[in-house]
Amino acid sequence: MKRRLVKRRLVKRRLVKRRLIPRGLGTRLVVGFLLVSALSALTTAALTFRQARSAILDRARDGAVHDVRAQVSSLAPDLPARPVEADLRALTLQLNRSAGARGWRTAAAYRGGRPVTADAPAPALPDRLPAAASSATTALTQRFHHDGRPWLAIALPVTSADAPAKPSGLVVYVSFSLASQQHDVTSLIAAARAGVLPVVLAAAVPALLAARRVLRPVRQLRSAAENMAGGALDTRIHIAGRDELADLGRTFNTMAATLQADAQTLRDMEAKARRFAADVSHELRTPLAAMTAVTDVLDEDAGAGRLDPETSEALTLVADETRKLTRLVEDLMEISRFDAGAARLNLDEVDIGEVLRHTLALRHWQDRADIDVPGPGPRARLDPRRIDVVLANLIGNALRHGGAPGGRVRVRARDIGDRLIITVADNGRGIPPELLPHVFDRFTKGDAARARSEGSGLGLAIAAENARLHGGTLTAANAPGGGAVFTLTLPRLPA
Amino acid sequence: MTRVLLIEDDPAVRRGVSLALRRRGHETEAVGTGEDGVEALAAAAPDIVLLDLMLPGISGLEVCRRIRETSQVPIVILSARGDDIDVVVGLEAGADDYVVKPASGEVIEARMRAVLRRVAPSQPDAAAPADRATYGDLEIDRAALRVAKRGEDLALAPSELKLLLFLSVSPEQTFSRQELLEQVWEHSFYGDARLVDACVMRLRAKTEDNPRRPRYVQTVRGFGYRFGPL
Repeated sequence: MKRRLVKRRLVKRRLVKRRLIPRGLGTRLVVGFLLVSALSALTTAALTFRQARSAILDRARDGAVHDVRAQVSSLAPDLPARPVEADLRALTLQLNRSAGARGWRTAAAYRGGRPVTADAPAPALPDRLPAAASSATTALTQRFHHDGRPWLAIALPVTSADAPAKPSGLVVYVSFSLASQQHDVTSLIAAARAGVLPVVLAAAVPALLAARRVLRPVRQLRSAAENMAGGALDTRIHIAGRDELADLGRTFNTMAATLQADAQTLRDMEAKARRFAADVSHELRTPLAAMTAVTDVLDEDAGAGRLDPETSEALTLVADETRKLTRLVEDLMEISRFDAGAARLNLDEVDIGEVLRHTLALRHWQDRADIDVPGPGPRARLDPRRIDVVLANLIGNALRHGGAPGGRVRVRARDIGDRLIITVADNGRGIPPELLPHVFDRFTKGDAARARSEGSGLGLAIAAENARLHGGTLTAANAPGGGAVFTLTLPRLPA
Repeated sequence: MTRVLLIEDDPAVRRGVSLALRRRGHETEAVGTGEDGVEALAAAAPDIVLLDLMLPGISGLEVCRRIRETSQVPIVILSARGDDIDVVVGLEAGADDYVVKPASGEVIEARMRAVLRRVAPSQPDAAAPADRATYGDLEIDRAALRVAKRGEDLALAPSELKLLLFLSVSPEQTFSRQELLEQVWEHSFYGDARLVDACVMRLRAKTEDNPRRPRYVQTVRGFGYRFGPL
């Protein structure tokens, strides 16, 4: 139980997974292509952005440090060796005045003292910068955020002119907003973003082209394979190029050629065999025509009682077997005509009830069959001679195999929509199940013991061919209550 | 007794059919080629010709045409089934009926008799027709079995005459091909409807002014044929 649950979950997961991956090869190719191009465009953009951003920030920092240093070095000599707060305030005032476009704010501290500012507001400084600056010998810079905006702070230890390596203890702090640089960086991001989308979109064009190039031979192969499956064995693929797909195409063509040749050989052999049967029947017919012409002479003399009984018996035997042989040859020729596609329909509109009664009357079967046809009988366009052949075969067959002598055959005709359905049922033992698929095969006989007694063995095969020629079907089955049922289905108005 | 001219190239079939017909009391002259057949026709004046289609020398069809040029003697084709096209052409050439080989003497004789009967069986529901009647330009004399068009006698083959007599008894009544086969040709089996079509075609060629727009024997599409209305 548990295992089954797990299994079901697995199946579900697999289903989900399959849905996420595009199904078509073309879609997959295009998506892959787009992913690669998007990735490369993004990587390029990111690298470029980083480089440009640091260049912008570095320049801003270096420029500011340079300016501060220049200002300080021009102002510092004016300071006393131990500046007091007022001196420092004067210095920052001077420095603030030279802020220029940066709009920096300054402060100054002496020997770790509190940074002194000329006027409010005091420059924003990161917490740890003063601590670091007190021991530094060169300018320190730090980027930080103040009020949610990027700022740059510079701490410049001032050295006295006579001892440049030794800090004088005076540290000048400068900080200013990096808003304009931030603006530059933002527009860089926007530019990169604006660049990536067209690149990805533009990549879609070559992606589609490439996918089509790959897919065209695949599609060709598929439609060719479909044609082959549909029986068009002469299908070949036009091959261009020397890639793997072209190789596949060549293999396909070779396979198709082999298949076609094999099929042709088989067809030729079959046609030859069938032509032989037709030729043999044809050759047999002429001597049979001579023999048949005199069978009734033989019958007459054998029945007259003037001859030796054995001679009479011999004559009767010869006459009977000649008739049987004639029927066999005629059936063989009829089958040959179907095989050669030479059988033609001579359609006529008829009343099915009349056809049925006629078929029975011709063979004196009126008393042995029950006809169930709604009156007036259904009308249909068909070849009366061929349908007579079918019905005579089915009814004759039912009379022979219908069990007890004198057993009746039931023939029923109905029109259902545009179809005419005729069933012939008997009360016999039915058709053995193993024989059922073969009843319409040539020379299949229901009962091996009495196979030679009646029929050519081609009757049902001819009946089935006639049904097919009409665009109908003939099927055999066993009724639930016993007995065989043959069902003939015909279109009422064949095309 | 009927005098039969059998034109058949296969000696065994010739012997067999001759024997069977002789046993049934018919006088049979059998020849092996079309040329001999045409010659024998002039010399012996048979009551009926049995004609094989596959002949050496001039074909059965040609023999049929040549006979019809001079004579309205009944012609029954002896054909091997499967030569369907030949049968149709033979019927169009003027043959009255055909028998499919192999056929017993009984069957051959039955077909011969049917063709030889001078008139078709009367229609059960038709009133006894007058012996002479005029339909348009056609004058039909049932007693003398003569048909004249504008006073000129028409040379009709037996099947053509029988078909015209049968149809004209009930003007404007439509008969299916199957009915005509049974009534005129006395085919109790499922006959070949092309027999009727070929005969109608020949009849029209002789009776109609314009066989493409027939007045006398008219086609009723999907049903069959009728005489008139004029």
